[in-house]
Amino acid sequence: MTDYNLFSKAPDGDLYTKWEDYKKSLKKLSPEEANNYKVIVIGTGLAGASASATLAEQGFNVHAFSFHESPRRAHSIAAQGGINAAKNYKGDGDSVMRLFYDTIKGGDFRSREDNVYRLAEISKNIIDQCVAQGVPFAREYGGLLDNRSFGGVQVSRTFYARGQTGQQLLLGAYSALSRQLEKKKVIFYPRHDMLDVVLVDGKAKGIVTRNLIDGEIKTHSADVVILATGGYSNVYYLSTNAMASNVTANWRAHRKGALFANPSFTQIHPTCIPVKNDFQSKLTLMSESLRNDGRVWVPKKKNDQRKPVDIPEEERDYYLERIYPAFGNLVPRDVASRRAKEVCDEGRGIGPTGFAVYLDFQKAIEEKGEDFIREKYGNLFDMYQNITDENPYQTPMKIYPAVHYTMGGLWVDYNLMTTIEGLFSIGESNFSDHGANRLGASALMQGLADGYFVIPHTAMDFLAKEAPLMKDITDKKEFKEAEEKTKNEIAKLMKVDGKLAVDEVHRELGKIVWDKIGMARNESGLKEALSQIPKIKESFWNDISIPGSEKDVNQELEKALRIKDFIELAELMAYDALDRNESCGAHFREEYQTDENEAERNDEQYKYVAAWDYSESENPKLFKEELRYDNVKLKTRSYK
Amino acid sequence: MNINLKIWRQSSDSENGNVRTYRLENIDPNISFLEMLDILNIKLVKEKKDPVAFDHDCREGICGSCGFMINGQPHGPQKATTVCQLHMRAFKNEDDILLEPFRAESFPVIKDLSVDRKAFDKIISSGGYVSTNTGEAPEANSITIEKEFADEAFLSSACIGCGACVAACKNSSAMLFTSAKVAHLSLLPQGQKEAKQRVTNMVATMDEAGFGSCTNTGACSAECPKEIGQINIARLNQEYISSTLAGFLKKKNDRN
Repeated sequence: MTDYNLFSKAPDGDLYTKWEDYKKSLKKLSPEEANNYKVIVIGTGLAGASASATLAEQGFNVHAFSFHESPRRAHSIAAQGGINAAKNYKGDGDSVMRLFYDTIKGGDFRSREDNVYRLAEISKNIIDQCVAQGVPFAREYGGLLDNRSFGGVQVSRTFYARGQTGQQLLLGAYSALSRQLEKKKVIFYPRHDMLDVVLVDGKAKGIVTRNLIDGEIKTHSADVVILATGGYSNVYYLSTNAMASNVTANWRAHRKGALFANPSFTQIHPTCIPVKNDFQSKLTLMSESLRNDGRVWVPKKKNDQRKPVDIPEEERDYYLERIYPAFGNLVPRDVASRRAKEVCDEGRGIGPTGFAVYLDFQKAIEEKGEDFIREKYGNLFDMYQNITDENPYQTPMKIYPAVHYTMGGLWVDYNLMTTIEGLFSIGESNFSDHGANRLGASALMQGLADGYFVIPHTAMDFLAKEAPLMKDITDKKEFKEAEEKTKNEIAKLMKVDGKLAVDEVHRELGKIVWDKIGMARNESGLKEALSQIPKIKESFWNDISIPGSEKDVNQELEKALRIKDFIELAELMAYDALDRNESCGAHFREEYQTDENEAERNDEQYKYVAAWDYSESENPKLFKEELRYDNVKLKTRSYK
Repeated sequence: MNINLKIWRQSSDSENGNVRTYRLENIDPNISFLEMLDILNIKLVKEKKDPVAFDHDCREGICGSCGFMINGQPHGPQKATTVCQLHMRAFKNEDDILLEPFRAESFPVIKDLSVDRKAFDKIISSGGYVSTNTGEAPEANSITIEKEFADEAFLSSACIGCGACVAACKNSSAMLFTSAKVAHLSLLPQGQKEAKQRVTNMVATMDEAGFGSCTNTGACSAECPKEIGQINIARLNQEYISSTLAGFLKKKNDRN
């Protein structure tokens, strides 16, 4: 078994100049030299598309893979609210330092200072880059860029394009990628699933893919492999992620030696449309930006069946405003979610299931007018009405928390390289910047920071020290073996021939993960999860049915290959949550809370990144990266 | 509610397809249309039959993956709504519902209701961008843009590339899709420098990909789930004429 001495490899020096100094020290390649190298990028969302475009601009030959038919379909497209940047356009005292501090604090002091500072610093370049590409951000009447507020902060630093910011940013990155497609510097492989990473002499030198149209299993070699494969929220079955978002590429890399960090740090977003029935296939987010103008409340009385309009002001509990007078409805996501769960568990939840709270715009509509609200949130209100058949201009929205984002991911160093040499991980797919809780409008920031402004430097430095392959090496035995293994696994799945649809197994898994490794966790629940998940695994390998052929479009097989990995991941999440005997950010262990029901951190013992290895036969082994705080003081988070 | 689905089944573009009938009973009118298809597919899998292939992903109406014809209309009967946002309450008990793929020569069928819209990517890569390398951008607020134009550009850029416009058009024209991108960039100062080349190249690529001509019937815009306006087509034509006219005048001047 390999031993890992985890070290971020962040250079020494002054936090404020570290990244700029470091960049100067990195090795460079001219476009002619870069032309000798081939780079594989998996995933074409914000991180993958921006990385592919930029690496191609530098002269590298990029081969970009996606299970989608087009880069523009990646799930980044669905991000609604906005993107943070420390531009201080509003003159409200914002700065790189403040964005850095808010992000570290928002993550409940479980992220790296060096990475987060770099992120805050780069945030400004991202906005410049996107505007230059023609991203139509919201503007003020004077023609300047507009900003709004998001949870967990007291300044306005969020740039947005109505409720479709992710769409506009992804289309920007997609356009930069498209420009390189035209120049043939990027070759795009649509409808390809990555099913393995191939190591040669311990270094990532290629991948195995399945073509989703004809089922062809193929290997591809390259000088470096970059994973930009997003998050794993769908381990919960119901989440706000797109249907096909999955952990497979990351998990296959994990099995090959990439440590998986903080898997149990999963974000439950407070404002989603509640689950309505058993057929529900996914959950829909209502942007956090709505909390700028919407007020969250439940009736003071338990089991109050009255219509919201019939409940007078004095019988309503605006619990976030009551408990957190300073931040009110704009507390961070983990806090807002947990408090919603709490009031519902008390029996004060609303709607047919009792698992919902109101998000009320009445006051904002009275004060600012319906047109103002429509201008700001029109598409979200329409979406809500379409799904629920209720008009949120007239009656408050019903919302409940849902899984939305995963802070955990592959462990990476300051260069965003995993524990496998030559294998990088960027965007949501890595664990790096958000600690135990991500603040709103920071995911888009990180995806684009990694893709446009970090990986082009660090991957180039890595490659500059490597001799280019200059040829296809897929005839090597490592590639043949990986290809064979993938084919065997698929053959094994096709043979199961049981009675269950893959979705049914997934739904069962999701229930366990949501109940035991969801918004609140405790030791006995986590141990139950560890005893229940192997049964799900057994059922998967004995009871599923995949009709049709593996050599054809087979959406059931695609799902099965993903669920198989989710089951293994779920187990690791339970181990991770069980190890961490503290509450921090989104990881709320019921045993560790203050008298006011806030998360109680244990910095003495748990101020580390938990990175896990993979073993087929034994329990996963934990490796710790101790976190250092030289520039901020560890404090108990308070939003009161 | 009970429904009778008539679904186009086709194993690949080279095979012939046909319509098959499936009956579903006791469907909750509050589920989404795609959740109804999930129910059908689970049923088919349990009967060891091939489930119906269809594209979908975000199920929030923004990724543009989903889309097929429902009773002859792209994305079905509800205005400004993608299939994934359509709910069964839009139908009546015992309705017959016919599902077919988007039909256009430039969108070959992959399987059942899933089609290949690669041609759209080709159109974008032939000019739907501003040529700025990463790191070359000036300070964002050094470019000011009138709110009116920024808002208009956003509306054009809100296209999700689903292909409903092509499927709705009797000529299978991709003018609405192409013009939305041309308009988005031509409304902004960042897009001006390459405007002429952009429109010429994108229109040429669109024609090469086999999409038909635009005869301004407006079916595209009427069926567009994002309500991309027909005005975009007028903007494209304006750009195109000024671009070709400029080339013509230049030639004439060069001769003189």
